Amino acid sequence: MALTREQIASIATLARLDLTPSEIPVYQDSLSRILEFVGALERADTADVTPMAHPLPGLVQRLRADRVTETDRHELYQQNAPLTAAGLYLVPKVIE
Amino acid sequence: MSALHAHTLTQLADGLRRKRFSSVELVGELLARIEKSQPLLNAFISVTAAAALEAARAADRTLAAGAGAALTGVPIVHKDIFCTAGVRTTCGSRMLENFVAPYDATVVAKLKGAGAIMLGKTNMDEFAMGSSNENSYFGPVRNPWNPQLVPGGSSGGSAAAVAARLTPGATGTDTGGSIRQPAALCGITGMKPTYGRVSRYGMIAFGSSLDQGGTLTASAADAALMLREMAGFDARDSTSVDTPVPDYVAALEEPVAGLRIGVLAEFFDKGLDADNERCVREALRILESLGASVRQVSLPNLPLSVPVYYVVAPAECSSNLARYDGVRFGHRCENPRDLGDMYRRSRGEGFGAEVKRRIMTGTYVLSAGYYDAYYLKAQRVRALINADFVRAFESVDVLIGPTTPTPAFPIGAKTDDPITMYLNDIYTIGANLAGLPAISVPCGFAQGLPVGLQIVGPHFSEARVLGTAHAFQRATDWHTRIPVGYA
Repeated sequence: MALTREQIASIATLARLDLTPSEIPVYQDSLSRILEFVGALERADTADVTPMAHPLPGLVQRLRADRVTETDRHELYQQNAPLTAAGLYLVPKVIE
Repeated sequence: MSALHAHTLTQLADGLRRKRFSSVELVGELLARIEKSQPLLNAFISVTAAAALEAARAADRTLAAGAGAALTGVPIVHKDIFCTAGVRTTCGSRMLENFVAPYDATVVAKLKGAGAIMLGKTNMDEFAMGSSNENSYFGPVRNPWNPQLVPGGSSGGSAAAVAARLTPGATGTDTGGSIRQPAALCGITGMKPTYGRVSRYGMIAFGSSLDQGGTLTASAADAALMLREMAGFDARDSTSVDTPVPDYVAALEEPVAGLRIGVLAEFFDKGLDADNERCVREALRILESLGASVRQVSLPNLPLSVPVYYVVAPAECSSNLARYDGVRFGHRCENPRDLGDMYRRSRGEGFGAEVKRRIMTGTYVLSAGYYDAYYLKAQRVRALINADFVRAFESVDVLIGPTTPTPAFPIGAKTDDPITMYLNDIYTIGANLAGLPAISVPCGFAQGLPVGLQIVGPHFSEARVLGTAHAFQRATDWHTRIPVGYA
């Protein structure tokens, strides 16, 4: 199936990706080809097959005791932050 | 010992313990080789020379005192997907160009604890998405066998570094073949363990139901040694399996006589290069001559593994990479107008073309109205493929086939068409979908380029997979071949 420019723009919006006008036809072409390629899955008979989410049957998510195991290392972590002040992460104003 | 670089990881660990040379000598020699090779191969994103030499001096003191662990003083390198405390960890992306990891990945900590010394961080396809290492923000890696060719990917830097004998061992990660495929294309040994065998704490996520860390080395014996030190339960990884780690090194000598080998019929398809097929068939004859029995096995749903993968992996990637929003770490665009603008431009600028392609593919297949048709359908076909493997392992101990359809291809040859590139992993993806341990070992040459033999086993059969590979390497010398100019 061929995707339209509008569909690519809509996917990019959902994915929070800013695309340049020249990128849109590139992804229009390659995503259409990928979807056509994965369309081969339609031919498989999967009636009554349980979807497989991960490869370890019987694996259950472990729970740990509800107690503090981490120490406060925000100064170290915030060294990677684009913008901080007073121990807080700064972002553009959200509410006017 | 002169020309230390030509020795295997096992030999180097042994030589250091016997004090036949020092860790400082060894590390110094390899750092010089890395520096010399870097302009051509581009195998590294960061080289940690000063820290490595300091660690080597400490290792020599430990060894002089008669102490030490399994890998004391042995140099290794890490794929730049593993977090290394205080050292830049980029994942091959502009998004993390300046990210300095605040902690060590468990794999990094365990190898450090075993005495290994990190020489640097290797180049890779951005966020491990690629099969040629052409998707790195830091430029392509070149194949030591021919610099016009790709080394494979996504662990291309690790594979090229081991092939060029810049390091005796490297870590890698394998989501759809990213250890085995570059190992095959570079003529080395690449081991992907069972899903859950090696901790993923501190290993930057791509496809969480598929990702697994492993090793790139010159031999299966080296892989056994390195994996023994890397593997094991980790409470910090919720997919880590609490099963004891066998001594893979001690298990290497298990005889292959009586081993039941299944030859994957679906792997000998029309896409397989004639020379690759010749090498793999000859390898099967060698294993038969060692006493293994060989029979044909069919996994009818296996040809759908690439389409399944290109739904499941992008879906998981679109979710995992949602964390890169320019807020707490990673690239942030200049002068954002508002929060939405900041997210969109930071991500648009920070991610490369292939990463964006996969995020969008994943976003689409997970979006309202398409989830059932694509994502659930792919998970159902994944169950069929898994059932094929389970059935096959009722009658055979290991499955064997080629690792890749062709030898290494020229840089730029497949960049225009994503489907052509994706089909490089046609023989490797099955093991990821089913979470199986699998190794690629060199089994000959096609047009002067290395060819890989793939051995796949049931869950947690690493010892048998490594043992089979080791028996093959005792009977052959393909794994000892070093590219011209690096001997």
